[in-house]
Amino acid sequence: MTPVPIFLEVNGERIDTHVLPRLNLADFLREHLKLTGTHVGCEHGVCGACTVRLNGEIVRSCLILAVQAHEGSVETIEGLSDSGEIADLQAAFRDRNALQCGFCTPAMLMAAQDLLKQNPEPDREEIREHLSGNYCRCTGYQAIIDAIETTARLRAERAP
Amino acid sequence: MTRTPENRDAFSVLDRPNSYIGKTVPRPNLDRLMQGRGQYVSDIELPRMAHVVFLRSPYAHAKITGIDAAAAKRMPGVIAVVTGQEIAPVITPWVGVLSHLKGLKSAPQSAIAVDRVCWQGEAVAAIIATSRAAAEDAAEHISVAYEELDAVTDMQTALDPTTSVIHPALGDNLAFERNHDAGTVDAAFAASDEVVEAEFIFGRHTGVTLEPRSVVADWNSAEGRLTIYQGTQAPHMVQNIAALHLGLQESQVRVVCKDVGGSFGIKVHIYADEMATYALSKLLRRPVKFVADRVESFNTDIHARDHRCKGKIGVKCDGTITAFEIDDLTGIGPYSMYPRTSAIEANQVVNLVGGPYATKNYRARARVVFQNKNVMCQYRAVGHPIACSVTEGLVDLAAMKIGMDPVEIRRRNLIADDAYPCASPSGLRFEQLSHHAALAKLIKMMDYDALRAEQTTLRARNIHRGIGIASFIEVTNPSAAFYGVGGAKISSQDGVAVRLDAQGAVVCQTSITEQGQGSESLTAQIVGSVLGVSMDRVRVILGDTDNTPYGGGTWASRGAGIGGEAALQATKVLRKNILDVAAAILQSSSGELDIVNNNVVNVSDSAPRIELSELARIVYFRPDTLPPGIQAELMATRHFVPREYPFAFTNGVQASWLEVDTDTGFVKLLKHWVVEDCGTIINPQLVDEQIRGGVVQGLGAALFEKCIYDERGQLTNANLADYLVPMSGEMPDIDVGHVVSPTLESELGAKGAGEAGTAGAAAAVTNAVNDALSPFGTIITEIPLTPQIILTALGRI
Repeated sequence: MTPVPIFLEVNGERIDTHVLPRLNLADFLREHLKLTGTHVGCEHGVCGACTVRLNGEIVRSCLILAVQAHEGSVETIEGLSDSGEIADLQAAFRDRNALQCGFCTPAMLMAAQDLLKQNPEPDREEIREHLSGNYCRCTGYQAIIDAIETTARLRAERAP
Repeated sequence: MTRTPENRDAFSVLDRPNSYIGKTVPRPNLDRLMQGRGQYVSDIELPRMAHVVFLRSPYAHAKITGIDAAAAKRMPGVIAVVTGQEIAPVITPWVGVLSHLKGLKSAPQSAIAVDRVCWQGEAVAAIIATSRAAAEDAAEHISVAYEELDAVTDMQTALDPTTSVIHPALGDNLAFERNHDAGTVDAAFAASDEVVEAEFIFGRHTGVTLEPRSVVADWNSAEGRLTIYQGTQAPHMVQNIAALHLGLQESQVRVVCKDVGGSFGIKVHIYADEMATYALSKLLRRPVKFVADRVESFNTDIHARDHRCKGKIGVKCDGTITAFEIDDLTGIGPYSMYPRTSAIEANQVVNLVGGPYATKNYRARARVVFQNKNVMCQYRAVGHPIACSVTEGLVDLAAMKIGMDPVEIRRRNLIADDAYPCASPSGLRFEQLSHHAALAKLIKMMDYDALRAEQTTLRARNIHRGIGIASFIEVTNPSAAFYGVGGAKISSQDGVAVRLDAQGAVVCQTSITEQGQGSESLTAQIVGSVLGVSMDRVRVILGDTDNTPYGGGTWASRGAGIGGEAALQATKVLRKNILDVAAAILQSSSGELDIVNNNVVNVSDSAPRIELSELARIVYFRPDTLPPGIQAELMATRHFVPREYPFAFTNGVQASWLEVDTDTGFVKLLKHWVVEDCGTIINPQLVDEQIRGGVVQGLGAALFEKCIYDERGQLTNANLADYLVPMSGEMPDIDVGHVVSPTLESELGAKGAGEAGTAGAAAAVTNAVNDALSPFGTIITEIPLTPQIILTALGRI
């Protein structure tokens, strides 16, 4: 196998590199770029722990090849944290203890922010439904649902 | 009943101004996890690090007649291929037995199989390469010749004379048997108005930690020292075992445990592939990393709860329960796990059945058998879900038989709240439980009568909802009675060191570990409260055998109760030492001074006298200004282990409200309630979240989770698409309430809370399903309660 050239933006930074065609995006982010906030839980697209944004949409980075991100824009939990985009969501997770081991959390935040962008005032059932592709083994989900509900309410109150 | 401590002074240390005890404060370590800046073992990379992949047996039981790795060794990036025979000189085999479990036997287990494999998934060879992908590529080029042997898969026939014996040297497939007989069981059954029997079947399931088991082993041959980075609950146990089998001193092994992506008891054992990884690092003189993939996790992480338990209950028409009897059978795979053994779960079932109830008549038999399936061992709430489901299932059956409400029969039989201290028929000693107060609170929280009315109304519309109640007891704060007395080098005590640094902040080193429960937070809360400093000044260090006191770690709901008390006692000493120095500096007496909000203050008028940062400056940089003879000791260490009671039992009760679709067999969970009593509550939010998370793991067992083996011992659903775990859309909201009966064995008074949720959830759900289906005259005593099980019971398929 011969490495192929790709260039893409990751968290706003231009990356110009070569990768093996078989390399998945999760391994590319973790092993090549050392962005270890993206976690690998099942490697077959079920647990959701590897969720990142590709061109604005959330994807399972274990099911996407790095070469498929060529000329694209990837955002990871490190990028969303540094930009402050989800600071309020993270604060709500902290206040509600909506994480225990934290392994699912970066992806859970990704999925939650995706929901709130699509549907600013989701009810609990809608939140539960949207997160159904993100496994959490510690919390039992209720605290996560509460934190997202709180964030939605606070954002609605802040909206002009 | 909330008990008032007899010695109020003993609690004053927790009642100080600005105390964090009993308050919800955010955990200090959350931001790094939320920002993707945690460090799990799978994130660790070291210079010259190689990756190991294990080639695993496709057979449940087979002779290995040859391994040809020549082609694999020629593959790009491959550093070595190591077989069981080749690794044997570096690491010795082990046998998972404990002397206090009389008669428990097992066979020697090797890091990598030698000559024979005993379950599908046992490692046959290790491939070490420059990347995991390269190692996986090479694994496909190893040719192993197997001669398939008979696989023992059905535990019900494992002891038949015609069944082959997995380890011939052991004589039979019986690993352990325990019999217990208390009171006058036969007479009690004879005097009963009704005797009800049932067989309860539990699906084998597993923990599914979202981060698979991971280890980086780094043997530094120049230092003669092995550093193990591992997501483990018990670093000192790993240190001891690694040293023992690698022929090292414990001082040559350091275990570092940073962030852990879920544990639940899965990561408290010693696994063969982890032992192999330590040995490979020593053999290859470089860091070696092993990260299990999800298929490996299903095939090698311990499984649990594969039990079939026959139960019998006697009852009188007035609701008095006269006796319990059980006969439990469990299959544990081919080896008893090391070092905690695989007999503990069955032993716990014997201990716990009937535990909440007053009857003294109890007979039990438990048999633990070998099979050619993955190993089974302790997972969150060890034995409790079995014991609780059997007990509470029998109690509901008895109530049904005599036409009594399930709440009423419990009211008439639960041990009275003023009966303590007392002992269970299996010999467990209870210091103080609160079954009746908990049940009363639960009934109020759920508005039981209103739910019953709603149930009746909906039944008329052919909607079948059910209520299930389950009282339980939980083993927490284990002393040496759990493992130490059986010869295992697993510490039952924990230690904490606290010191004031040169700017008046506090560094605290504790031997308990963090896997998300909040160990770091509760330690900081206790230290901050007892010392009189704000939590932001307390930094907690854990998970490093080089940098913490010696101790057990976090398992069996022991972190808060044991590690928390050690933190309290160490901080009391530090506080006294600080006040002694302050008295010398201020020409006062330590009795006239206190520490409040980072300042030494007068007891009399609370006036600030000296900031801790100033005191620390004087002690560390200008000790020459202290009076002669004063040597400050701004560091203190204390250890704690419970001595009076072998275990601090907690209690609680759960209720489930659900709807069964009798056409599809699907169960919809509508609501779940828990009332539990873990003694002193350090952080209410953390306790509630432990309960909720535990309940959901129990709900997974009740409805979804099962490792499905075929008759040849092949695990057929070893992936997350086919093995179902609870998802957010299916889980109910869970209301949690508390009764508080502190243990008087410690000043802190805290008992454990981590397993209470898992203990009773499945029992509550099963009872609720049977309640919902009562118009159909069907009783189900098997979990998971899949649509297939329910429709079969209803005669629909």
